[in-house]
Amino acid sequence: MKTDMQASRDDERPGASAELRTKLLKYTGGLLLSIILTGVSFWVSGTGAVWPGGVPVLLAALAIAQMGVHLLMFLHVSSGPESTNNIMSLAFGVFVVALVIFGSMVIMNSLDARMNDMPADARPDAHRMTMAPGG
Amino acid sequence: MSAVLDEPLQTIERPVPRSQRGPASTEVTTTYGMWLFLLSDIVMFAAFFAAFVVLREHTAGGPAGRDLFHRHTVLLETGCLLLSSFTCALQGIGVEYRNKRTTYMAAAATLILGAAFMFLELSEFMQMIADGAGPGRSAFLSGFFALVGLHGLHVACGMVWLLVMLAQVATLGFSPKVVRRLLCFSLFWHALDIVWVGVFTVVYLGAFA
Repeated sequence: MKTDMQASRDDERPGASAELRTKLLKYTGGLLLSIILTGVSFWVSGTGAVWPGGVPVLLAALAIAQMGVHLLMFLHVSSGPESTNNIMSLAFGVFVVALVIFGSMVIMNSLDARMNDMPADARPDAHRMTMAPGG
Repeated sequence: MSAVLDEPLQTIERPVPRSQRGPASTEVTTTYGMWLFLLSDIVMFAAFFAAFVVLREHTAGGPAGRDLFHRHTVLLETGCLLLSSFTCALQGIGVEYRNKRTTYMAAAATLILGAAFMFLELSEFMQMIADGAGPGRSAFLSGFFALVGLHGLHVACGMVWLLVMLAQVATLGFSPKVVRRLLCFSLFWHALDIVWVGVFTVVYLGAFA
């Protein structure tokens, strides 16, 4: 056990401390960036200084930026050859997520609007009442 | 053997073509499998997000998000998760350098921050249910409890997983298997943070916007 630990410590590559410093900088940078982005998100949603119509767009942009920071800084998504498969599947995942969320929103909002416009005798529950006396 | 092959190639500065490098390392394939699981998990979350967004206006005369949510609680919860993501990354450094002390300290911080998040979220849920705004009150609240509760369930499962991993580090040491599992855990924990960014933006801040 002891010798295993020793061996793994001995074959550390030269320049490992520089690597450690870059990693620490990367993680600290990631943390600071996400704190800033979160702070701005909360400020935007609470202040009256931003035109109300722009608030949702701004919040969406900040959230996407923060997800990007997490992917790059913490999940180590990069343009390197080892990441190619991860990036392709990420792109497909983002596509499916967008399809599910925006597709549901569009379809359900459209249905909702049509149901409200419908004349009273054309509603699904009116069908039974008009058919019952004749049948 | 590889040293013999590498030398002449390096002198003419031509890297080995990818087609001749052989299969990818187990670390790469394992994290790719975990990555696919996380993406499908996020696709499942997308369905819950879609349900919530569709139902958010349907409060059935009950309270809306604006009346129920407290901005400072959400800010605290977000802070807990962001910091725990950072300590989880520090744990990754501890694992990489096979340093048990750093690993344990960072994991303990991650667990404490995760527990603080769970405490805040559960007390928020309890308060809402006590005020008559439980999941059965309206379609909006059903969507809310399903989405935010699902995320909380993931955090709770992640904490159990981390405890199991600490036990494995204590008993098995940093064997290649344990190191790979720790790597998968950190991917899972960071992915949860990404989902939370969506939750606090869409569910909480969206209620005030």
